[in-house]
Amino acid sequence: MVIAVASGKGGTGKTTVATNLAAALARQGQAVDLLDCDVEEPNDHLFFAPVEWQQEQVYSMVPVINEAICNACGLCARDCAFHALAVIAGKVLTFPELCHGCGGCAQFCPCQAISEGQRSIGEVLTARVAGIDLTWGRSQVGTVLTGAVIQAVRHRANPNRSVIIDAPPGTTCPTVAAISGVDLCLLVTEPTPFGLHDLQLAVEMARSLQLPVSVVVNRTGDMQADMLGKVKAYCQENNTPVLLEIPLSRELAACCAQGHLWVNEYERWQKEFTKLWSLLEKQVA
Amino acid sequence: MVPSGKASRIKELLVISGKGGTGKTTVLGSFAALSQQAVLVDCDVDAANLYLLLDPDITGTVDFHGLPQPRTVQEKCRSCSVCTEVCRFGAIQSGRIDYYACECCGVCIRACPHGAIVFAQVVRGQWFTANTQYGPLVYARLHPGEENSGLLVAEVKKRAREVAKETNRHIILTDGPPGIGCPVISSLAAVDLVLIVTEPTVSGWHDLQRTIELTQRFQKRLMVCINKYDICIDLTNEITDQCRAAGMRVIGRIPFDEKVAAAMSAGKPVVGSSGKAATAIRGLWSQVSAELQAIE
Repeated sequence: MVIAVASGKGGTGKTTVATNLAAALARQGQAVDLLDCDVEEPNDHLFFAPVEWQQEQVYSMVPVINEAICNACGLCARDCAFHALAVIAGKVLTFPELCHGCGGCAQFCPCQAISEGQRSIGEVLTARVAGIDLTWGRSQVGTVLTGAVIQAVRHRANPNRSVIIDAPPGTTCPTVAAISGVDLCLLVTEPTPFGLHDLQLAVEMARSLQLPVSVVVNRTGDMQADMLGKVKAYCQENNTPVLLEIPLSRELAACCAQGHLWVNEYERWQKEFTKLWSLLEKQVA
Repeated sequence: MVPSGKASRIKELLVISGKGGTGKTTVLGSFAALSQQAVLVDCDVDAANLYLLLDPDITGTVDFHGLPQPRTVQEKCRSCSVCTEVCRFGAIQSGRIDYYACECCGVCIRACPHGAIVFAQVVRGQWFTANTQYGPLVYARLHPGEENSGLLVAEVKKRAREVAKETNRHIILTDGPPGIGCPVISSLAAVDLVLIVTEPTVSGWHDLQRTIELTQRFQKRLMVCINKYDICIDLTNEITDQCRAAGMRVIGRIPFDEKVAAAMSAGKPVVGSSGKAATAIRGLWSQVSAELQAIE
């Protein structure tokens, strides 16, 4: 089973849910792959603190101009959708940070003056920690090509194991790259107007990808009772079951803040997350 | 850099965080209420939230197109699979296009021997102009699953500058997206001052370092504030010390305050209430606004 943990809004608790769920299963002896696909800001590894890991670069292709052949006709610059080439003072300049690596410039250059080189856009890191095969991506600071790094992380998943994907926040292309094709999308929200608003967007996104959806509501409390009611009413109307509610607690927040997992500290949360996984299995079946 | 020398030039503050949910919108919503004379912008085009705090009257809605998308003309397609061979993104199978994978580079269109693939304009989202009690607001919504968020951010920012000129306002307050990718990079364009809102958690600290690296790469003037600083004093002190050692200014600490959650639940800026977080945010604004004024 492959589960993606996602949310429209940032900071609702995706990483908390993904890491604790993975750790709860591993503590029971299950084979778990945890993939951190929030490659702009990967955080899962902070909760496992691996001391050793393997690292592989992720590359994208970029044009290399052979100035001895190039006659600066400008076709490449005209047809590049991403404005990654320009002719300035009779010379073709390239802007690798804008390039998406489509290869169009090299393929269609009438003088065959363009070849392709590689540019690093990030890394994929893997470690075995606490019985979990942890993979995380890290985009290079300043790159816009996060989707390719996300794909590289997802390639490491072994679908015969229990796979948990921690997705980036949002509802557009990086999130889609992280969640498309999973068995179920688990959306984490909070009982605030923002949480509900962004949950609705995230449900819309997951539905457009034809993914089944379940929900975790984080930071519920007396002061949020009214908003919690609204979130649950929305979930009921839209047939997205709420599988877990996590109370607002300074103690739990402090545990997370210091990089500790609840399932290691509190027997209750080991049980809650184990139960969450069995509820997810029922949803998928 | 924008040429300096004119006291009346428009200055833009961008609030970002790297990690989501650290309190960007809480801080920016309060700045909007305190400033009263700014143009307000939400560059989180995936999940715009600022407008929920500001109760806007929408005055204009404009469709956003972004890059044109390939379309297959079925009558001309002979399923020869040349498109499949040339596409680097695995987005086309003999004329059948997977729009979630497509980057809209147009290589398939140029390679198709039968002229069976053409570019078509599509509506990928909308951007909005609105009036709020604190000033004009520009924000946007990219449709779920869509691409080109950086281009939409650029549109929103361009419109905000026009609104500032039309309404004779000299400050633009911009709520940024989470992360450090495409929409954040686009948000940084032409910004005079960046305020990073972080929190004393291992995740917040990790993400702050990558956000600082990005901001410095674009040579932006930078300030840091720590939200909910008292949930982990040790990390707050570590973040403060390391930022200061690297020459950065940590200009404020906002305490954990349940009134923030209550104000957010009610959809109101925090500074409308009394309370220790509201007091801290007022202090933060006086430093930020002084800094903006001091910029040439």
